[in-house]
Amino acid sequence: MSPNNLLTVSHSPHVFGSESVQKIMYRVLLAMVPAFAVSLIFFGVGALIVTGVAVVSCLVFEYLIARFLLKVKPTLWDGSAAVTGVLLAFNVPSNLPVWMIVVGSLVAIGIAKMSFGGLGKNPFNPALAGRIFLLVSFPVQMTSWPKAVESRFAYLDATTGATPLGIMKEGLKNGQPMVDLLKDIPDYGQMFLGNMSGSLGEISALALLLGGLYLLIKKVITWHIPVSILSTVVLFTGLMWLINPDKFADPLFHLLAGGVILGAIFMATDMVTSPMTPVGQIIFGVGIGLITCLIRLFGAYPEGVSFAILIMNAFVPLIDKYVKPKRFGEVVKHG
Amino acid sequence: MRTFPKGGVHPPGLKIASGSAISLLSLPEIACIHLSQHLGAPAQPVVAKGDAVKVGQLIAEVSGFVSANIHSPVSGIIQKIEPAPDASGYAKPAIFIEVSGDEWLESIDRTPVLAKPNGITGDEIIAKVKEMGIVGLGGATFPSHVKISVPKGKKADILIINGVECEPYLTSDHRLMLEKGEEILTGIQLLMRALGVERAVIGIERNKPDAIRHLAGLAAGYPGITVCALKVKYPQGGEKQLIKAITGREVPSLGLPIEVGAVVHNVGTAFAVYEAVLKNKPLFERVVTVTGKNLAHTANFQVRIGTPVIQLIDAVGGLPGNAAKVINGGPMMGKALPMLGVPVTKGTSGILIMSDQESARKQSMNCIRCSRCSSACPMGLEPYLLMSLGEAKRWEDMESEHTLDCMECGSCSYTCPSHRPLLDYIRIGKSNVNRIIRARK
Amino acid sequence: MNTIVITIISLSVIGSLSGVILFLIAQKFKVFEDPRIDDVEGILPGANCGGCGFPGCRGFADACVKAESLDLMFCPVGGNDGMVKVAEALGRVAATKDPTVAVVRCAGSPDHRRRTNRYDSAMTCEIASGLYSGDTACSFGCLGLGDCTVVCTFDAIHMNPVTLLPEVDDAKCTSCGACVKACPKMIIELRKKNKKDRKIYVSCINMDKGASAKKACSVACIGCKACLKACEYDAITIENFLAYIDPVKCKLCRKCVEVCPTDSIQEINFPPRKKADVEVAVTETQANKTIMEGF
Repeated sequence: MSPNNLLTVSHSPHVFGSESVQKIMYRVLLAMVPAFAVSLIFFGVGALIVTGVAVVSCLVFEYLIARFLLKVKPTLWDGSAAVTGVLLAFNVPSNLPVWMIVVGSLVAIGIAKMSFGGLGKNPFNPALAGRIFLLVSFPVQMTSWPKAVESRFAYLDATTGATPLGIMKEGLKNGQPMVDLLKDIPDYGQMFLGNMSGSLGEISALALLLGGLYLLIKKVITWHIPVSILSTVVLFTGLMWLINPDKFADPLFHLLAGGVILGAIFMATDMVTSPMTPVGQIIFGVGIGLITCLIRLFGAYPEGVSFAILIMNAFVPLIDKYVKPKRFGEVVKHG
Repeated sequence: MRTFPKGGVHPPGLKIASGSAISLLSLPEIACIHLSQHLGAPAQPVVAKGDAVKVGQLIAEVSGFVSANIHSPVSGIIQKIEPAPDASGYAKPAIFIEVSGDEWLESIDRTPVLAKPNGITGDEIIAKVKEMGIVGLGGATFPSHVKISVPKGKKADILIINGVECEPYLTSDHRLMLEKGEEILTGIQLLMRALGVERAVIGIERNKPDAIRHLAGLAAGYPGITVCALKVKYPQGGEKQLIKAITGREVPSLGLPIEVGAVVHNVGTAFAVYEAVLKNKPLFERVVTVTGKNLAHTANFQVRIGTPVIQLIDAVGGLPGNAAKVINGGPMMGKALPMLGVPVTKGTSGILIMSDQESARKQSMNCIRCSRCSSACPMGLEPYLLMSLGEAKRWEDMESEHTLDCMECGSCSYTCPSHRPLLDYIRIGKSNVNRIIRARK
Repeated sequence: MNTIVITIISLSVIGSLSGVILFLIAQKFKVFEDPRIDDVEGILPGANCGGCGFPGCRGFADACVKAESLDLMFCPVGGNDGMVKVAEALGRVAATKDPTVAVVRCAGSPDHRRRTNRYDSAMTCEIASGLYSGDTACSFGCLGLGDCTVVCTFDAIHMNPVTLLPEVDDAKCTSCGACVKACPKMIIELRKKNKKDRKIYVSCINMDKGASAKKACSVACIGCKACLKACEYDAITIENFLAYIDPVKCKLCRKCVEVCPTDSIQEINFPPRKKADVEVAVTETQANKTIMEGF
């Protein structure tokens, strides 16, 4: 018998599943590898520097805050800080200066995560909170997007251009006809592969979908949130497109451009900040889809996924309070 | 393939002992028989120190509506009647019998001939089941005579026999189904007659194909009895889950199976009913699986009640060096024993020996709200929420979150990636909610 | 210039309008509260410990104002002085109570009490006691997981890492009773506070027969009645093989401590005895007695 020959006594159950937080986080990291690879291909050095800095600074802040401010044992290797780092990097342009990334990481880890008590306690997605902080603080740097391929060997000196969403927003505002605008943006095949300007992780729908498929198979996420977000976006933009194809872009464009797929698969599905029940998750996803479309089509910003997710994050406690799983033996009564 | 729809987990089966035929375990030197080894009021002793008793003789009788008779499992002299620690570590009243020889009451039919239930009436069956101290052998040890007496105004239309044995490791019911098929089916006939139902279904998970084949073959000769193969999923052996899986009926929250016209009995109970009614044999022995990954060999013993657990372990070669836990029951719902001197009771279905590596708890982390616990909960509860309410001692809120629906199957704790002790807190919540409800009355 | 003027005017109008509306609404929904509740709450210590049995200090203040008399009202933290002030504020008479202090009635440190198993579940006494009797042979003793320390608002009770038992800091303890309620084994008792924090009590609550109690723990009370015979003040009772010293009747003579064969009676904060000098011990006892009687 182990220690001091004493029997161990504990409450049941006495066996446990093999799942752990680490495994989940490492799976998420693995699922982000294809998207990261694509950004290396299109943005090269910049993508490497930005991602590296974001991950390292998130880990360092997590360690320092846990150790010296909260005075708890740092749980660095649960992988959650690394996930936040990669997601933050995925949400910024690849030519962002190092110090800004560090500031973003500090906001993400320090304010959005640790100040609420660390992993599992944060109401808002930390990476998105960091991203939004950067966006409103440094709007110029956060919206100067390096051109894909051309800026492969450049970092701060990358040549920049507008994202497809930016081109669309600006053009429609200036009254350019839709036909001309569609010529200015890459064709949909290239957009699907990721050959366009944008945040470094959001560009390739293909790579993101691959990662999403892996997460679905490994049961890290369920289909409810991604599917409800994407189908809401398709339905809403499709409806507007049918009403007025000259004023509104087609739904496929809205799917492929911007961060909606990244958001739907990797950001909105963050377990900590999404509802617990499948029905709640669908409500959450539909909300994100709607807010995203409203911002994109009628708002001042060309892109609205991160705002949409953060806004819906705030509704999660409410959704969880009112959307409960159906209990066994709740309604049905037989004679 | 049928199963229950909501929740559930798939722990590895590990039915190591399923190939070991039931063997007799030698008698203990001193048998310790607790007076409370069934659900309900403890039995009242009817013997005194120094009395000589035979195997099968009544030594303690029912007190109250929910209670059960206890019969001597051995022959010998009553040594003393005083408290002895049970599986909880607390001392509870028990009768100690010093064993000498193995002299059975003459009334017990010890021949292996299969008896037939000719002309016996339902009431006679119920009376016999009560007299012979039969309790549910699946683990809950609810006195069987109460369960087969259908309350006024209610009607049962189906008898479900639980041969699921969804707990990993345990094989006692499996062996019983293979070796005592005819007896079990006859026992089912008796139960059907007592309940006045025409239909009985034996639910068996398909990880026991031999038992399904065997019983289905035999059942052809027993009108009204069928075998239903079920998909493997824990906790299918839960009464409500099994009824749902087989009939599709959902027992209302906090209700009893009879409210949907169903009564569930374990295969072991069916066998005990057969022996009690047709062989006049009280419940004083049962099949106990002794198993574990690190044991030299595993076994299914036919054990007299009151035999100390240590004797069962010694019979399979003693505790292995890395043994850390000895569990009375299966790994999901069994009770870890604080000492090995405690006796086998009517509810002991298995003795499981586990090493630290298999069973130690891991460091608990923050909840990451992954919702695996709520999707695993077969009762549709939200364990993560119940635990945080439990930590905050918000018992009233736990009540309104239906913590009393919890059947403590352990699926939530099993599935939690943060290794949180969900069920520990839900349990304490349940006992506090029950206390509050009692105080209200 | 024009813009500034318009801004100032419009903001002032909006501001004063809002102010008026707020004032009207505040008047409309005003809840009348007896001002004495605020007075009483001001006197109370404000620890919100719940030791009085009411939810927080304001709850107690409210109850005091509404109650017919203060006989059943007592704030253990403020003590008699506090209650006198409360009574003055309300123009009533306060009930006085002897000050008490929490006492841990278990001395089963690992040296005395054999561990018989290892506990491995959620580390709270409540959950452990819901599972089984505990990780020692004594099913009555302290579980050592510190539920009492968690509930203490006054930082007055701490686990001793060596004995694995809680220890009460007499100076900080306000006898609010939170630990008494938290202990699932009901080991902690509020006992009368004596001069110089002196204490004599049976540090055991094992109600098993002497032999099994002794087997479980070497400092268990075995119910031998030696103390009962030694006590001159009729302060000791024995029930279920367990001695209990009535704190009110006890004169702190320490005779019971001398005769206890298992050292299960504690004497705390007494001057050291002179070895084997019975005469001196007796005079000292006499002296103590006089002190106590004069007190």
